[in-house]
This record gives sequence, C-alpha cells and structure tokens, in this order.
Amino acid sequence: MTHHNRALIAIAASILLISIASARQASLIQTSHLINTDELVKILQAPKGEKPLLIQVGSHVLYAQAHIPGSEYIGPASDPNGLQRLRARVESLPRNKFIVIYCGCCPWTHCPNMKPADDALHVMGFTNVKSLYIANNFGTDWVDKGYPVAKGE
Amino acid sequence: MAYVGTAAFGCPRASERHMRRKLAARILILIAIVGAYAIYRHREPATHSGAPQHAFAPDFTLPQLSGPPLKLSDYRGKVVLLDFWATWCEPCRVETPFLVGLQNKYRDQGLQIIGVSMDDTPDPVPGFYQQFKMNYPVVMGNAKIGEEYGGVLGLPIAFLLDREGRIQKKHIGATDASTFEREVQTLLQGR
Repeated sequence: MTHHNRALIAIAASILLISIASARQASLIQTSHLINTDELVKILQAPKGEKPLLIQVGSHVLYAQAHIPGSEYIGPASDPNGLQRLRARVESLPRNKFIVIYCGCCPWTHCPNMKPADDALHVMGFTNVKSLYIANNFGTDWVDKGYPVAKGE
Repeated sequence: MAYVGTAAFGCPRASERHMRRKLAARILILIAIVGAYAIYRHREPATHSGAPQHAFAPDFTLPQLSGPPLKLSDYRGKVVLLDFWATWCEPCRVETPFLVGLQNKYRDQGLQIIGVSMDDTPDPVPGFYQQFKMNYPVVMGNAKIGEEYGGVLGLPIAFLLDREGRIQKKHIGATDASTFEREVQTLLQGR
C-alpha cells in the first residue's frame, strides 16, 4: 500500500468517525420532545399561559451576542461541567415544570449540546421539557426572523 | 328575472367580457406579485445582517495562542480567509484539514488564513491546534468581535477578504471545499 493510499484511507476513516459522531447528536432527539421557533414565540408572546424556563445550553460567546430574552446561560451540555450546572439549576424544580432548552451553535444535525441536555433532563424525571429545533443556527433561524433578542452576559 | 337583470346591466355579452378581462387582469397582477415575492425569497441569502460584502473588514487586534497579538490590518496585501470556528464545532473539525491544505497550497501566492476561535476559554484550543497540525495563526475571539462582524451566531462562519481588506464573500456553515478554493483563486488573481 502506498503512502498516498494510506493517507486517503486515513482521511476516509476520519470522515466516517466524524459522521458516526454526528449521527449521535441532536437529530436523535425524539420528535415529541421538539418545539419549533414559531411555536415558542407564540407561547412567549401570548398574554396568558405558562411561560417556560428558557435555558441556553451552548457557547457563552454566542449567548453574549444574542439570546432569547429571559433565557439563562448554563454552558455547553456537551461538556461535563455544563451538564452538571444544568442538573444543579433544575434540581429543586417540580418535575412537571415547563422547560425549553436551546443552543443554535451549529446546524441541528451537528449540535453537540442538545442531545446530552435533553437526555439529562428526562433522566431526572422532567416531563415537560422541549428542545428548541434550530435547523441552521441561532442567527439564521431566530435573529434574522426578527424574533425577540437580548444581548449581554 | 333574467330579462330584468339584462336590462339593468346593459348587453350581457359585453358585460361578461368586461368582467372576464377584469378578473384575468387581477389574476395576472396576483401572479406577478407572488412570482416577484418568490424570486425575492429565493435570492435572499441565508445570512444575518451586518458586515455587508465589499465593506472593509472591521480591524481587530486579538491575542494569539502564542506570540504577540495579531492585528488584522497587518495582513493588507494578502488575500485573507478569516475563519470563525470552535473546537466543539463538528463542521469546523471537518473543514480544518482542508484549510490546512489550502494554506499550504496558496501561501506563496499570498493567501493567509486566520482562525478566530470562538471557544469560551482558550483551554481546548492548543490541543486542537496540534491535533489538526494547523499551519495558520489562531486568535481568541469574543462576543465583541462577533458583533462587529454582524453577529457570529453559529459556526463555522468564514469571510474572504481581498488584498485591500474588503469582505468579498461570507459563508455561513460548512462550505464546500471546491467553492473555497475557486473563490481564493479568483481573489489571488485579483479578479
């Protein structure tokens, strides 16, 4: 086997591994756990009805630029520290609390944060958790659509 | 009743023709409006506002992983590919080996890739840099620089700057390798 062929095989293997890793991400969240952006906006803007606890489970650099008003920054749930902070934040809440988690760091199929956060909350027994479906990223699917945005820490 | 109606509105055939023409005109106007809107929506790029193409790229001085801070305007005269990325971003992991190859291939012709890490802390960046054998400078970005570039609200986002420092292209999300290379070639040739 030539050096060139070995390099090609190594690249192909890397792409395969990355693809396998991607397949384990947000796209595996059950459809029944999802909420669309327009649905969430309607809930937030409705004069009545329960408002969810909004938790951003992605990067702080992105959160500081733009986030959903009233949402709390917890940190990337792909990181054990982020997951720990998420568990600590909701630990004392009633298990039927309406919670919406979101990220938008990258396309849905590649987001490393949503699936771990969704899993953690369901394992803790929360029954009314929704994962905000952001197809491309927070800029394209939320900010550009003119939905409410806040900035800062 | 039919007679009375006809008498009231004049010649029935002329009236019908007039109504049909009016209806056809309205349908055509509606089609034109819907068509124009569809074309507008189709052409509308999936980008967020800010940092318009052909504007000068906002200058910055940011800390590098090692060495002195990097000042963007020091690279005037080169074609710059400014790549906003992060270690946790999977599409970025896919793109990085290609960017390394692109830097090698076009360095002598004047291409300079600059990575702007949007990781929350620099801790994971050196490991990534070594793992992927990155051969271009990486600076630590922040929310302020993200806002100056129109909002880096999803990764990766890449800007291609011409030799004068104007933003010629902006790509949101993973970009096809051949697209990047074609655009770099075009800018290197000064077209």
